Amino acid sequence: MSKNNQIDELPNIKTENKVLEINHLYKSFGDNHVLVDFNLILLRGQNIVVLGKSGSGKSVLIKCIIGLLKFNNGSIKIYDQEIGHLNATALDKIRAKVGFLFQSNALYDSMTVRENLEFPLRRHWIKLSQNKINEMVVQALTDVGLVHTIDMMPVELSGGMRKRIAIARTLILKPDIILYDEPTTGLDPITGKEIIKLMVDIKTKYNTASLIISHDMNCVRSASDLIIILLEGRCYAKGKYEELKSINDPKVKQFFE
Amino acid sequence: MNNSVLVKSFFAEVGSLSRFSGKFLSMFFIPPYEISALFKQCYIIGYKSLPLVGLTGFIMGLVLTMQLRPFMIDYGVESQLPAIVGIAIIREIGPVITALIFAGKIGSSIGAELGSMKVTEQIDAMEVSGTNPFKYLVVSRVLAATFMLPVLAVLSDAISLYGSYLGVNIKGDTSFHFFWTQVFDSLEFRDVLPAFIKTYFFGFAVGIIGCYKGYFSSKGTEGVGKSANSAVVVSSIMIFILDLLAVQITDLLGFN
Repeated sequence: MSKNNQIDELPNIKTENKVLEINHLYKSFGDNHVLVDFNLILLRGQNIVVLGKSGSGKSVLIKCIIGLLKFNNGSIKIYDQEIGHLNATALDKIRAKVGFLFQSNALYDSMTVRENLEFPLRRHWIKLSQNKINEMVVQALTDVGLVHTIDMMPVELSGGMRKRIAIARTLILKPDIILYDEPTTGLDPITGKEIIKLMVDIKTKYNTASLIISHDMNCVRSASDLIIILLEGRCYAKGKYEELKSINDPKVKQFFE
Repeated sequence: MNNSVLVKSFFAEVGSLSRFSGKFLSMFFIPPYEISALFKQCYIIGYKSLPLVGLTGFIMGLVLTMQLRPFMIDYGVESQLPAIVGIAIIREIGPVITALIFAGKIGSSIGAELGSMKVTEQIDAMEVSGTNPFKYLVVSRVLAATFMLPVLAVLSDAISLYGSYLGVNIKGDTSFHFFWTQVFDSLEFRDVLPAFIKTYFFGFAVGIIGCYKGYFSSKGTEGVGKSANSAVVVSSIMIFILDLLAVQITDLLGFN
């Protein structure tokens, strides 16, 4: 466990294992300094949970990673490519390797489940045949156990089913990294547990690296290999669940009470 | 809110809308082109608006004729009724009423649809999926609105004149051939062309304002409602402003 903001605690990381590296990230909205000198390294096959209060900048962090928000200073590298310096085409290529699960699921209301899943495929991998697309859609839906919903509209599905479909849409491009923004928010505890299990299964099956933004302690405990506590825009503390739970610092303790 | 703040926010809004329109023009020329999205929007915006535009056009022609008829009889020029109604519909009433109906139906629907997509992060999801949401959502809708409104206006004019023909025959007896000969004899190139050209600008205004209001929607579902509402209000006002400009320009060019 550590309680500092440096990234030099993982000195022997092989470059090929690093999928995401954030150094000295700074992001502000006017006078509101959301992220201040934030650092992180994500390795292949690792699940990191970023834990923080509402409004602490967790969602801003992953939107900066995927290029939806521009950051003011610092660097974000995915496979050694600096996100802040990429043009639109290069950024799209990187985005094909990074899945993003939105807090609100962001399923397209006007499209069926099938069309929702086909959309990123047709955009990123233009040359795929219709047969191959069908096969991939069915496989992604099988992974989340919802093949029977293939021709349904998102509005016909429950909250948990919509979350699963959103995960299937994220999985369909076979990403190396998945960014989860509050994956269990708004779900009942049982469905929340199912989603957490699904996230762990995905990691095991596809060896993906995941960055999970959450304040749900069930999710934090079950899905994390490493936890980072984001406070005042900084990485306030990091470690495994049991390590952080045993710290006497009141700012850390408040999350585990 | 005091007056200076209102004036400031008005000009800020005009500036922002101008930048949005500039972005549309720059994106319009840069490939890849979203052809399938454009055709889909043409179908939704054009074809699906036809029943409403046709019905309002028909009623407009019928009512206008029935209202004008007694005065034309009083002045002893009843035989000129098809010509007068034809000029009024083709030059002004057809394009403007069609554009206002179009603004009510399409402006609000674009504003609400994009607003809802914005607040539920669907636009962000589209960007993450390797799609330029501005091109896919905005350019296709603005182009469809720009190209479909002139077509709808021409069809509305025709249906309106047919309504007028029926209106003439409720209390009179005018042959179909005579009615249309009277209408076309009274029309000149300078009546038809400026009226047709201005509908492209009306369509563009409805499309760009609807998209602008929806694309910058905020504050959840309340913001979506506001986007839809202000899309209709602003585009309706813009139609009148453009109409005013059009009449001045055609006057300067000697078309009046």
